[in-house]
Amino acid sequence: MVDFIDMLTGGIAIGAIYGLVGMGFVLIIKASKILNFSQGAMMMLMAYVFWSLCVQVGLPIWLAFAGTFCIAIALGMLVEKLLLRPMVGQPLLAVIMMTISLSIFFDGAVCLFWQTQTYSAPNFLPGDIIRIGKLSILQEYVASFIIVVILAFAFSIFFLRTKLGLSMRCVAEDEQASQALGIRPTTVYMVAWVISFIVATVAGILFASMQSVSYTINNLGLKVFAVVLLGGLDSLIGAAVAGIVVGVLENMSAWYIDPMVGGGMKEIAPYIIMIIVLMIKPSGLFGSKAIERV
Amino acid sequence: MTNYMRNIKVSLIVGLLVALLLMPAIASGHIMNLLILILITIVAVHGVNIVLGFCGEITVAQAAFVGVSAYCFAILSEAGCPWIVSMIVGVAVTCSIGLLFGLPALRVKGFYLLMVTLGAQFILPWVFSHWKSVTGGLVWGQPVPEITILGQTINSDLEKYYVALVVCSIMTVIVWNIKRSRVGRALTAIRDNDLAAEAMGINVFKYKLIAFFLCALFAGVAGFLWAIYTEHLFPDHFYLMDSVWYIAMLIVGGMGTISGAILGTAFLLVLSELTVIYAPVFTNLLPFEFSAASGVSLGSLMFSVIIMLFLIFEPRGITHAVTFISQKLEGYQS
Repeated sequence: MVDFIDMLTGGIAIGAIYGLVGMGFVLIIKASKILNFSQGAMMMLMAYVFWSLCVQVGLPIWLAFAGTFCIAIALGMLVEKLLLRPMVGQPLLAVIMMTISLSIFFDGAVCLFWQTQTYSAPNFLPGDIIRIGKLSILQEYVASFIIVVILAFAFSIFFLRTKLGLSMRCVAEDEQASQALGIRPTTVYMVAWVISFIVATVAGILFASMQSVSYTINNLGLKVFAVVLLGGLDSLIGAAVAGIVVGVLENMSAWYIDPMVGGGMKEIAPYIIMIIVLMIKPSGLFGSKAIERV
Repeated sequence: MTNYMRNIKVSLIVGLLVALLLMPAIASGHIMNLLILILITIVAVHGVNIVLGFCGEITVAQAAFVGVSAYCFAILSEAGCPWIVSMIVGVAVTCSIGLLFGLPALRVKGFYLLMVTLGAQFILPWVFSHWKSVTGGLVWGQPVPEITILGQTINSDLEKYYVALVVCSIMTVIVWNIKRSRVGRALTAIRDNDLAAEAMGINVFKYKLIAFFLCALFAGVAGFLWAIYTEHLFPDHFYLMDSVWYIAMLIVGGMGTISGAILGTAFLLVLSELTVIYAPVFTNLLPFEFSAASGVSLGSLMFSVIIMLFLIFEPRGITHAVTFISQKLEGYQS
């Protein structure tokens, strides 16, 4: 029973991060209908940048945070201006290949500058263990979960209440009508990408401090597709909920099925979930888009 | 096109074939290896071309299908089957798996079908590495016994090259004929507007299944060639990155065209070789300190930059640029 709770909390903590990355993904889809395959690579790059700023440059942690966020914002604006602007209106394949090559680019950059070595991230999350009776829950899991929940709320408020969020929703629904109203779609795209980069930064740093700064963070980006498909391609709340579900299911399948197949279930469990979801309900739990039948 | 251009095109193709036949006389071992790799990859890329270029559906599972065929061939041959039987069974298994992952085309399309193939691309290599009793797993790999054609054992680079050349030429002719046949035209109609195609009487689902079947067929043949070439199989060769490379080769070469598959493959593979060779030269110029891994990472960087440039400036690939130039020249003719 104690092990079960351990597995559950671990799954929820990782799942919260999946949900966060999923939200970043859904954000870009809602704003500009571009599918961003490079979320994972962004996470990895930002985690390494954070590590460098903390350890190699020697900045105090809060300054390293600020520095990483500045770099994330700058990168987001640069990427959007140079690479994604020409892709607006192009067929799906061009957009996907552009983001895939972006992720390969970040991959190569990490390889080049940090030689894909695994480092241990500086700890800023509380490291104690909360004991409730016989159960022990790591404080850092709780802390990261709280951070993710706060961010999720912040996003919801941003989208529903602020003027910029409203204009993003307008552009997603009908670009030309929004232009007729005086909303600039390019600003919306830029904001969407910058937010997505920031989300990837937070997720990458959280993940790195819970585990380590390593090359495998990259693979998370692809697992997030399972999350987004389960939750619905255009639902922020769906992404958050589905993230936790996938995180828990992944841990559970690793726990129960691994002994039978000799390990590695953690890698492919999200993809099996994804295929099942695609077969049963392609629009996901909370998604609203009607998927065209062939 | 005019007779003049057609003559030029035919003579170019003939010249290329002659050059390829005579290549072993002038090329060193390293270049031969590169050529064999190019020929094998061309077969796989033809398969992706059928699904992506002709039919318009994105598939990122081709590398996994190649792996399925390679492993089937290796396992059956090790168990004692004659190699022709193993090859046919391997291709058949790959085709059925291709059909299996094409079945979701009945329910979803576009991005969602892409996700199904992405799932396949992760699950199949996982099976390769974890079904250790059958496939030898990640560490030991799967050995491939040598084959004999007409009494000659194929174990030198020269013999492998000719086998690859013959098979690749046959598959190129096959895909060329598919393109011009009823099936190819139906697929093109589906790509351009599937609702209109359905209205015209083309059974869209059936033809999409046919497209996936043919794609897996080409992957099967490529897997067989790959198994013969590298006499030891590891799951590492069949990951997502390779599938993405196939799509990139099509984009660079020109999607939907036969010459596009060939040109794109040759271009990207030659470029990656050159990058690996010249990486040390390049890193010496940079002011930073880099380690020995720079070759691989520079390869990735160069690859991604090339794709991005092609996507922004020439999304229809080299073939389109060549056609454009030749049409301009034609205009200056007569």
